[in-house]
Amino acid sequence: MALSGMRGLSVFISDIRNCQNKEQERLRVDKELGNIRTRFKNEKGLSPYEKKKYVWKMLYIYMLGYDVDFGHTETVSLISAPKYPEKQVGYIVTSCILNENHDFLRMVINTVRNDIIGRNETFQCLALTMVGNIGGREFAESLAPDVQKLLISSSCRPLVRKKAALCLLRLYRKNPDVVNIEGWSDRMTQLLDERDFGVLTSVMSLFVALVSNNTDAYWNCLPKCVKILERLTRNQDIPQEYTYYGIPSPWLQVKTMRALQYFPAIEDPNIRRSLFEVLQRILMGTDVVKNVNKNNASHAVLFEALALVMHLDAEKEMMSQCENMSRMLLVIDVQDIIKRHQAQIVTSLKDPDISIRRRALDLLYGMCDVSNAKDIVEELLQYLSTAEFAMREELALKAAILAEKFAPDLSWYVDVILQLIDKAGDFVSDDIWYRVVQFVTNNEDLQPYAAAKAREYLDKPALHETMVKVSAYLLGEYSHLLIRRPGCSPKEIFAIINEKLATVSTATIPILLSTFAKILMHSQPADPELQDQIWLIFRKYESYIDVEIQQRAVEYFALSKKGAALMDILAEMPKFPERQSSLLKKAEDTEIDTAEQSAIKIRAQQQTSNALVVTDQPPRPMERRPLAWGNLPFLLFHGPFLFTFECLMQDSASPDHSITPENGVISKSVSEAPASDLLVDLLGPLAIEGPPAPAVSGEQTSFPGLNATPSPVDALALAILSDQSTGVQPIGNIDERFHALCLKDSGVLYEDPYIQIGVKAEWRGHHGRLVLFLGNKNTASLSSVKALILPPAHLKMELSLVPDTIPPRAQVQCPLVVMNLHASRDVGALDLSYKFEATLVNVKLRLPAVLNKFLQPIQMTAEEFFPQWKALAGPPLKLQEVVRGVKPMLLPEMADLFASLRFAVTPGLDVNPNNLVATTSFYSETTHAVLCLVRVETDPTDRTQLRLTPPLLSDRLKELIKDHMVGLPMAPPPQPPSVAVASDDPGAILAGLL
Amino acid sequence: MGIRFVLLVNKQGQTRLAQYYEYLTLEERRALEGEIVRKCLTRTEQQCSFVEHRNYKVVYRRYASLFFLVGVDNEENELAVLEFIHLFVETMDRHFGNVCELDIMFHLEKAHFMLEEMVMNGCVVETSKSNILAPIQLMDKAA
Repeated sequence: MALSGMRGLSVFISDIRNCQNKEQERLRVDKELGNIRTRFKNEKGLSPYEKKKYVWKMLYIYMLGYDVDFGHTETVSLISAPKYPEKQVGYIVTSCILNENHDFLRMVINTVRNDIIGRNETFQCLALTMVGNIGGREFAESLAPDVQKLLISSSCRPLVRKKAALCLLRLYRKNPDVVNIEGWSDRMTQLLDERDFGVLTSVMSLFVALVSNNTDAYWNCLPKCVKILERLTRNQDIPQEYTYYGIPSPWLQVKTMRALQYFPAIEDPNIRRSLFEVLQRILMGTDVVKNVNKNNASHAVLFEALALVMHLDAEKEMMSQCENMSRMLLVIDVQDIIKRHQAQIVTSLKDPDISIRRRALDLLYGMCDVSNAKDIVEELLQYLSTAEFAMREELALKAAILAEKFAPDLSWYVDVILQLIDKAGDFVSDDIWYRVVQFVTNNEDLQPYAAAKAREYLDKPALHETMVKVSAYLLGEYSHLLIRRPGCSPKEIFAIINEKLATVSTATIPILLSTFAKILMHSQPADPELQDQIWLIFRKYESYIDVEIQQRAVEYFALSKKGAALMDILAEMPKFPERQSSLLKKAEDTEIDTAEQSAIKIRAQQQTSNALVVTDQPPRPMERRPLAWGNLPFLLFHGPFLFTFECLMQDSASPDHSITPENGVISKSVSEAPASDLLVDLLGPLAIEGPPAPAVSGEQTSFPGLNATPSPVDALALAILSDQSTGVQPIGNIDERFHALCLKDSGVLYEDPYIQIGVKAEWRGHHGRLVLFLGNKNTASLSSVKALILPPAHLKMELSLVPDTIPPRAQVQCPLVVMNLHASRDVGALDLSYKFEATLVNVKLRLPAVLNKFLQPIQMTAEEFFPQWKALAGPPLKLQEVVRGVKPMLLPEMADLFASLRFAVTPGLDVNPNNLVATTSFYSETTHAVLCLVRVETDPTDRTQLRLTPPLLSDRLKELIKDHMVGLPMAPPPQPPSVAVASDDPGAILAGLL
Repeated sequence: MGIRFVLLVNKQGQTRLAQYYEYLTLEERRALEGEIVRKCLTRTEQQCSFVEHRNYKVVYRRYASLFFLVGVDNEENELAVLEFIHLFVETMDRHFGNVCELDIMFHLEKAHFMLEEMVMNGCVVETSKSNILAPIQLMDKAA
């Protein structure tokens, strides 16, 4: 009899072994595969022994890395064999070759179930093991209760129950919705009383999974875990078989201490005391011994105990309890000890082993403080040019953070960052250079130094683009401080930056253009030659393909013609408000290894140098920044140019005029426009961590005159914003997306790293049909998907069923039917939640089913229009209002805006070319079609008139239009502020005069 | 989840046993095994037994011509895994008596049986050698 009792298999294996090269091996494997294939074809003639042999051969071939694309049926069918040897092979090979998604598995689900509930222990074990390794959803559905029963059954032997525990663990992890674990906290307490160590080891893994999902439910198990640890560390009643080199099951000890680390804190003083005793015993009882295995095992336990001590924040407590605890002292005072070995650690940065290089980097980062920062950062900078690419970005970030945190003086900090950009520009993220600009802006003393440094770097032949950016920015702001130095006249600065212009990418050009504008500003009265050169560049870029650049060129050119006014507009940037370093935040985000968050790191985070307190001014509130920018642009862009609009509506269906005017206050003026908005646009990429785009809530509340009482729209908007606090960051601005969708019918409503929600809508009369497209962007499923519609009082909304899970890379469509009952500006919301792996994401989104969606444009002739218009006199049917602070826009743009609000604009209807007349009808269930007429006059001398039929509607419609006119949240893309408004727009002309 | 795979490779880089606890396609396995083998087999005795690779930590140990490589996730205690490898070797030793590469090669199924008794779904299920070997001994007796 051959070695394994399967001669053919042994022969095949030795053949493979004797192959001289891969080619021979392949030939031999192919021959064997052909052989197996033919044998399987005449299956009838195969004995169970032969089948078993061939299946092993298949596994062997598969293990060697060859594709085995047949014989799966034969393998799986062995599971149904009556005898143990065949069944065993079937089960084991199936779980090696197949995965949970294979259809073949379905064929045996009944056999597996019969084996599990049957009386044969060995069959039970085989079946449980396979399900535990590859069991999918269908197995969970049909087997979970049986497996649970086995686990808690008192008549079952340990060898079955330990497998049942891990089988259940798999089913629960894969399909937490199918496996019912209600009441399991009590069961777990019983299971943790288990005497058999095999069962206990398995149960502990199950317990870790359960407790990591829901700590609160398993508090009652905590004392049991401590008891288990007590028993193990005291070596009480531990079978010899479960001690490993004299240590009671180190694996169970480690697992139990892992489980304990899921509980946030231990309140009960008795349990705490017992646990501390256990930990003390481990800490004090572990010595370095000669036997490697014993040493490793005991240190595995020791390190886990240390992790637990740190988790419990009990370092101090433990220390006072065990006075001679040298090991604990080691952890606390390790920083001083480590410092002595700084040179050694630096050398380790060059170790051939990358894991050591990484640890050395971590260690240097962790041990850095004010005293050694200079040396360490120098080392890191030197290392940067030789480090492998995979480490450079992390290295650059760490160097930047250390330089910032522990800078002995700020000029050193500027030096370091500039060196960093110079040496490893590709690995320096934008955050890093933004940060240095921020520091320089906020510290006047630093400005000449930084500018001079930037100037020096520009002389270097090959310059990284980031260096061009930061130098150009600094010189634009501060080169005038260098004016007496050689090579630093405006002309020379311009010339050297201009050299780079041809070589940089589109992202950098805007910065250079701004720099030129600033140089021009600082050299007023301008040197005509320099001015001509710069103007030439501006003119050249006026027709550049990139809109941002084009716009800047146009604006700067126009502005620079204004002479002295330029000084105000392009004045130096104000100081930045002090905020948490985005770098530190970034580093914290990337800190994955929380388990390793040792005392060193924590201490390092608590120490910061004094140099960090950079601003001598109190932080400025965000709102004040635009004002500091000088008043002129404000006037220029948002001059109080008046325009008037009239709006008239008539109820064509039921001329019911008996409604009392309940909302008679019409003459409000909107006095301030959102200055910050446009400034942000202008600053664009220039803004260093620029002020976040103003939130909707802020914008709305900045118009206190608009609504006497805060409308539900506002309230909802606030609620939505405050709810947006899940850890997942949305991609793009949710508000912008919403407002864009108010003006069009399809687009993206929401997007984050996992999901994208698109909307497509159709509107007819007072009915609407929206389709929500929920797209899973990942290769894993989104689970527990729930969508809830929160409709406002005036809308009826019905959402069709949303599936619970969205498969990977799949998109599901959920139709939503909307019906409008009456006019209101409230907005419905979608409350969506889903789970991706362990993250639960919940967002509340406004749905773009807004008032103007229930409008339908109607074309009217002058003959039809004017009689209707004149028939209505005075409020509430006809409302008028003067609106100030309207966003500058040309008449055609305004016409476009009305068209997207679903009005028909009729040109030529009004004799005055500055006026615009629009007509539409509004639909709701209670009113049917209501004719709405709007007249907008852009003549500054006129006043607004607004006449309306059903007062409720007219008022709302007016507010709606006004919102869009003032251009708050959305509207067409930001208008080119100055130039675009120019010439023919009377409002702009007036603004220019002011 | 703990252990993601157990790999036995000889010093020529030939796979002698491969058991995965998460599904990878054949191509993914081939690529992963190639990378890990290249990485671990070139390391010297003095170097650390833990290597990070992709999103795994590989804990490995060499016995004569054979490397035992275990891929684990961040949730595992590396030293405990290192000794778990030794426990596996001792268990095979007890069964085969002075186990060598050939034993594992020609008794692939037994190596699988033992591993199956020790690890399930990436978790340690049994650490008692006699319990691990019980089913195999039962089978040998029957045969």
